[in-house]
Amino acid sequence: MSAPVILKYSVPGDDFTRAGEASSAVKKALKKLGVAPDVIRKVAIAMYEGEINMVIHADGGEITVEITPEYVNMVLADTGPGIADIDLAMKEGYSTAPDNVRSLGFGAGMGLPNMKKYTDEMKVESQVGVGTTVTMRVYVQP
Amino acid sequence: MTVSDVQKILKAQVICGEDELSREVHTACGSDMMSDVLAFVKDQSVLLTGLVNPQVVRTADMMDMVCIIFVRGKQPDDAIIELAKERDIILMATPYRMFTACGLLYENGLKGGCDIS
Repeated sequence: MSAPVILKYSVPGDDFTRAGEASSAVKKALKKLGVAPDVIRKVAIAMYEGEINMVIHADGGEITVEITPEYVNMVLADTGPGIADIDLAMKEGYSTAPDNVRSLGFGAGMGLPNMKKYTDEMKVESQVGVGTTVTMRVYVQP
Repeated sequence: MTVSDVQKILKAQVICGEDELSREVHTACGSDMMSDVLAFVKDQSVLLTGLVNPQVVRTADMMDMVCIIFVRGKQPDDAIIELAKERDIILMATPYRMFTACGLLYENGLKGGCDIS
């Protein structure tokens, strides 16, 4: 792997059953590039949680993944309602997801904490009424 | 133990992946909350759940799991089975309830794989 690989995905907001397809595709791409399995798993889980969040809260969005020999960078951008209190949203167990999402196995308030846990760097930028952009980076171990 | 052992212990019906029952499994996780499953990155090979939707298969895929067991005999639909086949994930259904199914596997040597810290 020499030049960075850029992958772009559009996440539809209206179909929960398809949420995770982009993460699945990235997982496959990383495998093909020969990235270490533990790095792949971290990227896959963090991105999957982010993708689910986009579908639950923001009616979908755009994901850009940059793969270099040093790191994997993920940018998840949506034009959803935004997050008023990011510190509160980062707390384990805090969730604003509606009940129907909980019956689907999500909305336990673990999404953002899991994303932080599995990435080396994470930045959440959000403006209420405008949208949210989450940038995450996982370093590829030698 | 192997998936085949799991199948016998749980009197489970194999829904797909019958050719893969010799695969080894060492740890399991039982939950209906997928985010709780995703909270532990450690190798977990078996997922027991009462939840039946495509996200169960996607979660197992992200975690590189080998096998999903639906408790209380719940049956996935064709779309879920197709998704699992594409990802080489074995699906089974056990008549046991969650607590009993987990207990039986634990008693037979399958562990949780998640140390409390």
